[in-house]
Amino acid sequence: MITFTIDGYEVQAEAGQNVLEVALDKGFDIPHLCYHEALKPYGACRLCVAEVTSGKRTRLTTSCNYPVIEGISVQTSTEKVIRARKMVIELLLARCPDAPIVKDLAREYSVGRPRFTADNDDCILCGLCERVCREVVGPDAITFLGRGSSRKVGPPLEINPKTCIACGACVYICPTDCIKLKENEKERTIVRWGRTLPMKTCVVCGRSFAPWFQLEYFRKITEGIPKDFWDKCLDCR
Amino acid sequence: MDSQAIDQILQKYDYGHSSIIAILQDLQEKENYLPEKDLDYVSERLSMPLTRIYRIATFYNAFSLTPRGKYLVNVCLGTACHVRGAARVLDRIKMYLGIDVGEMTKDKLFSLETVNCLGSCALGPIVVIGNEYHGQMTPAKVESTIKKYRKRSSRKKDEKD
Repeated sequence: MITFTIDGYEVQAEAGQNVLEVALDKGFDIPHLCYHEALKPYGACRLCVAEVTSGKRTRLTTSCNYPVIEGISVQTSTEKVIRARKMVIELLLARCPDAPIVKDLAREYSVGRPRFTADNDDCILCGLCERVCREVVGPDAITFLGRGSSRKVGPPLEINPKTCIACGACVYICPTDCIKLKENEKERTIVRWGRTLPMKTCVVCGRSFAPWFQLEYFRKITEGIPKDFWDKCLDCR
Repeated sequence: MDSQAIDQILQKYDYGHSSIIAILQDLQEKENYLPEKDLDYVSERLSMPLTRIYRIATFYNAFSLTPRGKYLVNVCLGTACHVRGAARVLDRIKMYLGIDVGEMTKDKLFSLETVNCLGSCALGPIVVIGNEYHGQMTPAKVESTIKKYRKRSSRKKDEKD
């Protein structure tokens, strides 16, 4: 067990945990857009900044990828932290002026109109979709492309990723809701990636329930499950 | 490129995932760009996700995913070249070749690109064509310089015939 303090309160954590994870667990409010408990910390959005004092040194750092260390003290809302966070929000707002989550943050931190030229992007490059696809689901269908101001997330060749199973994990995890999923009886489309897959119908009740390609993928990576398991829908299994 | 040639490259680097940049460089050396199907093949042979390869290939400006001409014309627009009139040289090249930056001439001979500094500022404005550096370039010299390459390539063609 490791003991350290957050905003003066003593907390305990296991070795290997990160500061943000522990803080959220104990009920401290630290805003974050690129962190998810199921994924490795990434430190892209810079919203979770906090002041960490370790020994004699105090510095501003992202709490999501800062490991817990015995005796450190974390300050989550000093003047310096708030100033840094406001700056980040202002930049995000300039990039994605229409994203509800960014607008909410701007209101909460009273950030007005950004000083920077407004863009109208819908993606904040948090990398959650790209990481959930690789780390949790596994097909590794999308990635970061390019660099600098032209950096973006997308499939290789920017359209129709061959390994995408249209599971919708990226749709679910996207904080700005810029990845949309469309579905009807016959097919499911992940709009942003230009991926459309035909749906399979349940052998028992005849309802369409998941894309063919996705079920074949699951069949391939799972062992010890009866062969017809993936042919039935959730209700009929 | 045929798969044998690619296999040779991969063998040279022992199919190492960490050598991917060197592999892509060798691949590009042969074709002047990175063809889609070659990258598919590399991904399959290395059992490396295609997304990794594209992430790297799109990150570096040295790699191109679109076909490039036989001679890559690289105009330096760094500070030193800029103050010595690189923009005018670039304009002249654009006009003479009839293409914009990032495009290729119809005869597949020239591609035009810009670079932000080549580290040879004393020679500015500098233009690199293929592997050759042309320093102290002026708009007036553009035409004759490029013509040399036209001639060279047609001579090579004649020899082949």
